[in-house]
Amino acid sequence: MTTNVETISQPGVGIISRIREMGFSAIYRKYGTLLIFFGIFILASLMDDAFLTTANLTNVLRQVVVISLLACGVTFIIILGHIDVSLGSVVALTGTIAASVMSMTGDLSLAIAAGLFAGLLTGVINGVVVTYFKIPSFIMTLAMTTVARGAILLYTAGVPVSDLGEDFQIIGQGNIGGFPISVLILVVAVAICWVTLHRTRFGRHVYAVGGNAKAALASGINSDGVIRKAFIINGVLAAVAGIVLMSRINSGQPAAGVGYEFDAITAVVVGGTSLMGGTGSMMGTLIGSLIIGIINNILNLMNVSSYWQQVVKGLIIAVAVILDVMTKSAGARKKS
Amino acid sequence: MLTKLISDESAPSMVGGRDFVSPSAKPGSSALQPTRGEDLVLEMRGITKSFPGVKALDGVNLKVRKGTVHVLCGENGAGKSTLMKILSGEYTIDEGEIYFKGERIDHQDTSEALERGIAMIHQELSPVPEMTIAENVFLGREPMMGGGKRFSPLSIFVDFRRMVAETQQLLDRLGLKYRADQKMGELSVAGMQLVEIAKAISRNASLVIMDEPTSAISDTEVAMLFSQIADLKARGVAIIYISHKMDEIFQIADDITVIRDGQYVDSNAATVYDENKLISLMVGRTISTIFPKETVDIGPVVLSVRRASRHGVFQDITFDVRKGEILGLAGLIGAGRTEVVRAIFGLDRLDAGEILLEGEPLRLDSPADAIRNGIAMVSEDRKGEGLVLCRSVRENISLANLKQFSPRQLIDRKKEAEAANRMRDLLQIKTADLETTIECLSGGNQQKIAIAKWLLGDLKVLILDEPTRGIDVGAKSEIHKLMSQFAKQGLAIIMISSELPEILGMSDRVLVMHEGAITGELSRESATQENIMALATGGHK
Repeated sequence: MTTNVETISQPGVGIISRIREMGFSAIYRKYGTLLIFFGIFILASLMDDAFLTTANLTNVLRQVVVISLLACGVTFIIILGHIDVSLGSVVALTGTIAASVMSMTGDLSLAIAAGLFAGLLTGVINGVVVTYFKIPSFIMTLAMTTVARGAILLYTAGVPVSDLGEDFQIIGQGNIGGFPISVLILVVAVAICWVTLHRTRFGRHVYAVGGNAKAALASGINSDGVIRKAFIINGVLAAVAGIVLMSRINSGQPAAGVGYEFDAITAVVVGGTSLMGGTGSMMGTLIGSLIIGIINNILNLMNVSSYWQQVVKGLIIAVAVILDVMTKSAGARKKS
Repeated sequence: MLTKLISDESAPSMVGGRDFVSPSAKPGSSALQPTRGEDLVLEMRGITKSFPGVKALDGVNLKVRKGTVHVLCGENGAGKSTLMKILSGEYTIDEGEIYFKGERIDHQDTSEALERGIAMIHQELSPVPEMTIAENVFLGREPMMGGGKRFSPLSIFVDFRRMVAETQQLLDRLGLKYRADQKMGELSVAGMQLVEIAKAISRNASLVIMDEPTSAISDTEVAMLFSQIADLKARGVAIIYISHKMDEIFQIADDITVIRDGQYVDSNAATVYDENKLISLMVGRTISTIFPKETVDIGPVVLSVRRASRHGVFQDITFDVRKGEILGLAGLIGAGRTEVVRAIFGLDRLDAGEILLEGEPLRLDSPADAIRNGIAMVSEDRKGEGLVLCRSVRENISLANLKQFSPRQLIDRKKEAEAANRMRDLLQIKTADLETTIECLSGGNQQKIAIAKWLLGDLKVLILDEPTRGIDVGAKSEIHKLMSQFAKQGLAIIMISSELPEILGMSDRVLVMHEGAITGELSRESATQENIMALATGGHK
């Protein structure tokens, strides 16, 4: 019976036969993220008239900046086959330190430097402990989650830092030529990350270590050094995200950023980067972040409760990972 | 996979101590009287099995009599393990017939094989070290509480007390001085082996397959193992025993079957054979392939290894390799050859001794140090250690020499692609384009990439560990041609190979290792299959 069906539909033409030839999994692996992006974009436009307006789309961009910055950083970590679950706390720590320095000195560059330094430090600690003691990065960054959160709550005694003056909010709220500064920061960050991952020796080493650590070692690559550098990049980007966030709300909120790591990891995975390591791309991560941003936006526009939003986001990451595993194993089966 | 594990929990009552008949039946002087065809436990006829590109077995026969030890002989790669994996249900056959206890069996899976009474003790053991002996013995078929009644509410709980008691009975009966609640990880390798045997007995196996069980254990432990084997024989259990050690074979064998290159060669009672006859049967092939070895002027010494030792792995290794020379390292699997070259490549540390490059002692803390000094290694484990399978041909070729294309950090992609293309042409790597992920390529092409990645650099010494393992004949001879070419260009090549024709055909000089030591050095002219095999088995020259 089944053979019958197959022989009948065999002489399909054009796109259909092409799709048949490639198979669903191959197409999904190649264009999946982009297809999902357009699908959701069109769906969102149809669901609410308010979606497809300049004001709203700018808003979407503003909103995705923080998560996208985190996602770019953690892309390196995930391609390495590691994970960082401390991002939300690091955002709170670095952003609040920047805000605190701002309120004490009134010097914006000093505030930014302090925030970035704090981010760098968390990256160094995560990277060194993971590589030196061979601890799973999940456990190490889980520890960092509570340490960073506790530290900033201790430092501020749980009280938000306010009275930051006008200068500080420029980063998160200001515009240059009608373009949000925070979005410009993201564009620059994505460009740097893209070059780093796809065009440098370091980026190549990230893929090699994530794809096969033993082969990387036998090719003369210092895997531990690569992992440490990736954690440092990741920490600094988390600090940029923290500063943008606190600037947007113009105060240092030590309790902010809870669960941001989850959104960032979701964006990376939806963007086609495998949690197994070795494959993934920066553009994928950016598109993944936009997908998450659009979903958040449309759910808000339609007044869906934040509880439901959580359910939806959880389902998205599950589906993305299932698709990743399914298309991969389908590919493997085809070969064998 | 999961269903296999679950379906394996066959009735726990089967393993009760009462199933054992006391070993009153004597071995019955089984050394003589190989009345073949009588009382057969197993008969395999015309077994054929192909893997992509390789015919692993071609019409192999095997007859195993009840209560005997049947030794299966053959070189590395002759097909012994494949044949045994067919029996244990890991592989299915393409052609042939298998009769077990008079009953024809075709395709089976591992749990089915166990149920029928075929137990395999692997060369690499697979116990769970964190579990107790009892838990390991009963893994996958734990006795349940509730007296075996299916609907008893207790039947979801494991009856640990019974499990430990029954295991202890078993251990005591076998004269093993272990406690059933001891962690498996506390035992020595031999201990684990003996427990594996106990496990086989507890399953009422009537055929036990042992794949080189003594490769990792000491002499006293070997004695323990052999007394267990004698006991098994007395119970009427048949044993298929794979070993390379000549003295051991003649000590234990009742019958011997020899296979070579996947084909049946000979089978008879052990008393019919002697060491020389067995070796010549094992290697007896004439070298049919013509090896493209060119004579090259051999230059000065490039690499020297001096009294190198690594505790428990190899001892007192000393040799030189010269410019333009191909040095063959022969020996059986586990002789320590790979470990020696791993140390030269900086993957493992030496406990004693030194490695010199052109007379200068080297400090090798990691492969990076070796690579910087012009030493490269193509691993025997191409997928595990050689290549990043999920990345492209281009990225794999350039990986070890990225600095050439990125003096700072930015990679000059044009230069990189040019270099990759050059390598593709030089080694004739067959791939649609450079961006193909190498997962999709054949073993031969993958191997060429594993070699190509080193050729971009400034090489002095190239180590090839099993350079043609698992690749088809055509690619094999291409790689041999390349080796000749490299030697001509002045590389010093160290080649490990378990295929004697390859060693004989490609080497200028052959070193033979046995149990972590160099047992002999042979010139190209004096090396023969027989004298290499004799040195490799630690036998008499």
